Amino acid sequence: MQINVNGKSHEIDVEPEMPLLWAIRDVIGLTGTKYGCGIAQCGSCTVHLDGEPVRSCSIPVSAAAGKRVVTIEGLSANSSHPVQKAWVELDVPQCGYCQSGQLMAAAALLRKNPKPTDKDIDEAMTNICRCGTYQRIRAAIHLAARTGKGIGSIIHVVDASGNEASQA
Amino acid sequence: MKKSQRRNTPNLSRRRFIVGSTAAGGGLALGLGIPFGIGSAAAQAADPELGAWVVVKPDDTVVIRIARAEMGQGTHTGLAQLVAEELECDWNKVTIQPITPGQNLARKRVWRNMSTGGSRGIRESQQYVRQGGAAARLMLTQAAAKEWGVPASELAVANGVITHAASGRSTTYGKVAAAASKLPVPEFKGIKLKDPKSWKIAGKPMKRLDTAPKVNGSHPFSIDLRLPGMLHAAVKACPVFGGKLVSFDESAIKSRRGVRGAVRVDDATVAVVADNWWRAKSALDALPIVWDEGPGANQSSATIMEQLKEGLTSTENVFADTNDGDALAAISSAAKKVEATYFTPFVSHACMEPMNCTVKISNDRAEVWMPSQNAEASLAALSAVSGLPLAQCEAYNHGLGGGFGRRGGTQDFVRQAGAIAKQFPGIPVKMLWSREEDQAHDFFRPIGLCRLTAGLDQSGNLTGLHVRLAGQSINAYLAPHNIKDGKDRRQLQGLWKTLNGDAQIGYTVPNMRIEYAMRNTHVPVGPWRGVNTNQNGIYLECFIDEVARAAGKDPLQFRRALMQKHPKHLGVLNAAAEKAGWGKPLPAGIHRGIAQFMGYGSYTAAVAEVSVSKKGEVKVHRMVLATDCGHFVNSATVAAQVEGSVAYGFDSLQSQITIEKGRVAELNFNTYPIARLAQLPKVETVIAPTYDFWGGVGEPTICVTAPAVLNAIYAATGKPVRTLPLKNHGLTLV
Repeated sequence: MQINVNGKSHEIDVEPEMPLLWAIRDVIGLTGTKYGCGIAQCGSCTVHLDGEPVRSCSIPVSAAAGKRVVTIEGLSANSSHPVQKAWVELDVPQCGYCQSGQLMAAAALLRKNPKPTDKDIDEAMTNICRCGTYQRIRAAIHLAARTGKGIGSIIHVVDASGNEASQA
Repeated sequence: MKKSQRRNTPNLSRRRFIVGSTAAGGGLALGLGIPFGIGSAAAQAADPELGAWVVVKPDDTVVIRIARAEMGQGTHTGLAQLVAEELECDWNKVTIQPITPGQNLARKRVWRNMSTGGSRGIRESQQYVRQGGAAARLMLTQAAAKEWGVPASELAVANGVITHAASGRSTTYGKVAAAASKLPVPEFKGIKLKDPKSWKIAGKPMKRLDTAPKVNGSHPFSIDLRLPGMLHAAVKACPVFGGKLVSFDESAIKSRRGVRGAVRVDDATVAVVADNWWRAKSALDALPIVWDEGPGANQSSATIMEQLKEGLTSTENVFADTNDGDALAAISSAAKKVEATYFTPFVSHACMEPMNCTVKISNDRAEVWMPSQNAEASLAALSAVSGLPLAQCEAYNHGLGGGFGRRGGTQDFVRQAGAIAKQFPGIPVKMLWSREEDQAHDFFRPIGLCRLTAGLDQSGNLTGLHVRLAGQSINAYLAPHNIKDGKDRRQLQGLWKTLNGDAQIGYTVPNMRIEYAMRNTHVPVGPWRGVNTNQNGIYLECFIDEVARAAGKDPLQFRRALMQKHPKHLGVLNAAAEKAGWGKPLPAGIHRGIAQFMGYGSYTAAVAEVSVSKKGEVKVHRMVLATDCGHFVNSATVAAQVEGSVAYGFDSLQSQITIEKGRVAELNFNTYPIARLAQLPKVETVIAPTYDFWGGVGEPTICVTAPAVLNAIYAATGKPVRTLPLKNHGLTLV
């Protein structure tokens, strides 16, 4: 069957029921999209299917035939998508494993809703991050959307009297 | 003053990791899954090495060697900052290069310990990596001094430039590196390190060196490795702990597309090997397997609970680690007595990258590509499973997709993959666990039941405290040699009276008895980020709130009175309370809770602001967490760990592994809740350093998260939550 990933057509010989995730990773060889749970719970495998964020672990590859699949590798050239730049600006990733999925979910949110509120972010960003980068993810989405709301990390370095030290 | 972080911004387009080719770096051909490792021998010879830690290239690029694992905690960046600080190089020219355990072994462990756990990555190696940076600086300046014929003492260095003021000469590190590399490496012992007060790179919120490849999918995780001819394995171990594999019917799946075969892995595990993982996993699901489930199949959460309950009152197999005064007498004669029993369940690590690694074994060589918290332990496991000596083995570590204690000492994944690969000689086999396998065969955070009893005098002073913990022992499962005379002190982490245990109790009580009754189950247990401080923090800190309430005192004031002899514990408690505005009015319906504890050499405290709806929806609005980790290397990374520890600490509130018919019931994220973005509060980090010791950062703040929230729930509802998870009480984190 033919499958279009990141604007490139691939002829792949696989079972139609193979999940899209495994066709992308093991057959086409794009490994930025991650396996986390296999049951559409964690979102590590999020890709765009005709522009919609989907959890590729739970979609058969046959469902992608004739549609456009975009993975993290195809989100932008040179990590130039606003969410990628914001992620770098705020040093969002820790281990980084879930971040492809987080970025794809965030990019899809911003395409639909260029100025999301915190509530919009709560509802759209349901992917699991085990390192707990959520505060920075929220701030980075605000930064990418230029909502002016993101606060990111709040860090106080205090001395023995509880006064803010200058070293931070 | 709030400080949102605007940090020293590096050139974003630059790849800060060096990914070198290795003898088995077949991944290079595909441009994918390149194993981390040092460059080829030829490349090493070409790049001048200045001691083991630093290489300076002719173009002034500085390569800093790293021995510890990076699993997101920022240790690689922090270690590089420490080396660069003493080296006095240009931070923007720094790259990092992880070493391999084979190289470490070949050079008599010049890079020392590679194990990364117990929040030791920075604190345990800071001195020798700084000395490594300083040694390189001395070699470089010596080379310039020799070239110019002047005393090295007349030279100044800054940003990788060496200058001689008297003659107006200057040169760069890159230009003298080749000559410097031929000089002897100075003895570390005599090297004077900089006063941290004068630090310019260390101690500053530098941007992480590993972010760029983590936003475009190019960061090479172990799971992403692709090697020519590689096969894929899916495994299943007997779901009942202690059970055995009897037989399997390979003929039922042998003709499936891509399947190479089903193989016995060990006495409890079977694998299916195929040309891609989905085919292997689908065939495994269809494979008829006969298990001997063994006696464990009769166990359940209910039988385990009975075992723990027995431990609360038993005089068998119990010891008192602290026995000051006569706690039992003080409590029985007290004006007021408070008693409560707390329960914390098993929880799983749930690393987002499931257990995996790739192994290739031929007649005379074995290699593993893995995500490991202890690459040397991986190498040893590979040597054992392959039967080849260490010198014929090599292990290529990758950035871990989460570690949290799961990928350290156990190395079960290397042994399994090795046992499979042995049956496919010369072929690399990538073994990957499904999420269900990962949940079913974790080394869980130990289960525990803890009864606490306190006596108060007429004025509400705490005169006696008796703690009896009945629960499972990590050491008994993983490291029995650490148990001396049947006394496993480790399970009382954070309740130790001595400071040299790195996790000292912060309270002084005249009569105090702290006991542990080891009650082991058939369920595997292991270190879970923060380890036993998590459970012990909940037991002690929630109970102290109950006692404060019984004494009619404010929880903060009550703690302060008990902490006068522990100024560092108290300092952090005060810092958290101050920044949280303890005692100041809150919006209607929002209540505060506070907790403090010590772990991994660092002092921590937290304040949570929480509301509880009539439907039992618990909303955590804001948390302020304070830590005194002594010195700190990067405030932004410390904050990242603190923010992350709130999410991880939420497991203590809402997650649990239960046992049914001897096996795990919660096999995926539909039944095992993990904190999501919407649940997380605004987190503020307070770093309250006293600059007189080196404490850990990755773990210590987790253990105060849950008790601070639980104490806020108590304040909101008037009812203490003593058994977890919250759903036992009709409460849900929203």
